Amino acid sequence: MLRIDNLVKRYRTGDEALKGISFEVPGGQVVGLIGPSGAGKSTLIRCINRLVDPTSGTVRLNDVVVTDLTGARLRAMRRRIGMIFQEFALIERLSVMENVLSGRLGYVPFWRSFLRRFPAADVEKAFRLLDRVGLSDHVDKRADALSGGQRQRVGIARALEQDPELLLVDEPTASLDPKTSRQIMRLICEICAERKLAAIINIHDVALAVMFVDRIIGLQAGRVVYDGPPGGLDQSTLAAIYGEEDWAALSAKHKEDADDAALAQARVITTSSLEAGV
Amino acid sequence: MTVAASKVRHWRRQPFIESAWLRWGLYAAALIYLALAFGSMQVNWVRLSEGVVRGWRFVEGFLHPNFTSRSEDIIIGLRESIAMTICATVAGIALSVPVGVGAARNISPRPVYYLCRSIVAVARSFQEILYAIFFVAMFGFGTFAGFLTITFATIGFLGKLLAEDIEDIDAGQVEAIRATGASWMQVLNFGVAPQVLPRLIGLSLYRFDINFRESAVVGIVGAGGIGATLNTAISRYEYDVASAILILIILVVLACEYSSSHIRRWVQ
Repeated sequence: MLRIDNLVKRYRTGDEALKGISFEVPGGQVVGLIGPSGAGKSTLIRCINRLVDPTSGTVRLNDVVVTDLTGARLRAMRRRIGMIFQEFALIERLSVMENVLSGRLGYVPFWRSFLRRFPAADVEKAFRLLDRVGLSDHVDKRADALSGGQRQRVGIARALEQDPELLLVDEPTASLDPKTSRQIMRLICEICAERKLAAIINIHDVALAVMFVDRIIGLQAGRVVYDGPPGGLDQSTLAAIYGEEDWAALSAKHKEDADDAALAQARVITTSSLEAGV
Repeated sequence: MTVAASKVRHWRRQPFIESAWLRWGLYAAALIYLALAFGSMQVNWVRLSEGVVRGWRFVEGFLHPNFTSRSEDIIIGLRESIAMTICATVAGIALSVPVGVGAARNISPRPVYYLCRSIVAVARSFQEILYAIFFVAMFGFGTFAGFLTITFATIGFLGKLLAEDIEDIDAGQVEAIRATGASWMQVLNFGVAPQVLPRLIGLSLYRFDINFRESAVVGIVGAGGIGATLNTAISRYEYDVASAILILIILVVLACEYSSSHIRRWVQ
């Protein structure tokens, strides 16, 4: 179980990205984190595995206070948290297998990873994961030879190779076409269900989030403005998330455009939730 | 229509220096200085005509390169130079990798960064010849001084370029490796090395070319190798031998160039 208490992140420039975030994610729950660009979604999930150090507040994963850890104990915690990235963040020049095996780096000593002599069990696990995500035929291909959807599958396999207790997913579909986006979201959510794995998914595409996740957290300017089931999202909550306040600095013309965009998005939502039978 | 026809609007680029007085004053000052500076060079026309004769002998020597009369010296010099180049390139790469990693702002802690940047700055601040003179004074004539000179120059060159390359890498890949719980060395091995290795190999081969040419130059100040043989030949006015040496240097450089461009294409 993940528990976040009053998390604050102030960047050195003075920008307050997170202004006291608190929520809990029970095991097995898939949470969609939505909000406009700059709302602090990326910062929030990076505070959980400490790629970004929060200014104050605590993050607890199964009663271990992640925010107190340093050095080797921090790395040992990170290996239990899998992460999937928007631009895939694969090591382009390494093979698919090496990329998946890099999920074991937190478990093996340097010499093993340097010589690519991973334990047999790790290699077997990697083969099974590649079967699961449908890439058995591409084991020895270089990562940069794959298509976007295939790359994200490698990213998913790498994260699962860590045997994670929690998945952090940062805009998994932002670099993909609509069809592939759905396939990738379905794959992530299916795998989470299979393994009873909790996940936090940052996602721009509200319609897609509503289709797949168990719960939505709406972030706006560093605060939680919505926390509830996907079905509870209506025009007024969407306006609160993507709403006026955020656009105040822009000119009146821009503001109108932005409001129109938010409304259009809200309309898409309501229709798609109807289609999905939510 | 009528407005455009009645009044043609002119435009000129804004001058770099606004005040006309200052602008023309600076041009005039530059011209006067140039005239005076040329005037201060004393040209000895007699010496110049002698030089033309000597130069012609040099050209004639070039047309008849003499590989045989000093062949032993040439072979020893060439062997020394190649050995010096290979050893110095290998040692230089081995030392420039840690220095380059340390001098990359994005992966190294501040104190290490400043230390490695200053090593690079010192290694790059003077021409190789000055270091060669210094090392010859310290360790005496011979190839060891040349080896040290070229190694040191290689650290400056590769260290700087490797550091800049590391600073340009895709941070996303490094972040992904850090997120798996990898140690610093593992991040370097998986997140950084694959991104910079092809360029490091290319630069190392390029540096090998440069080092061979350097090895010919440092010999002139006593640091051994083919440069020493060349220096001896010129001071004995044996231009045919000198030209043979120059031709051999050109051939070795060409061979390096050709093979390195092949290897570079292969590693991409």
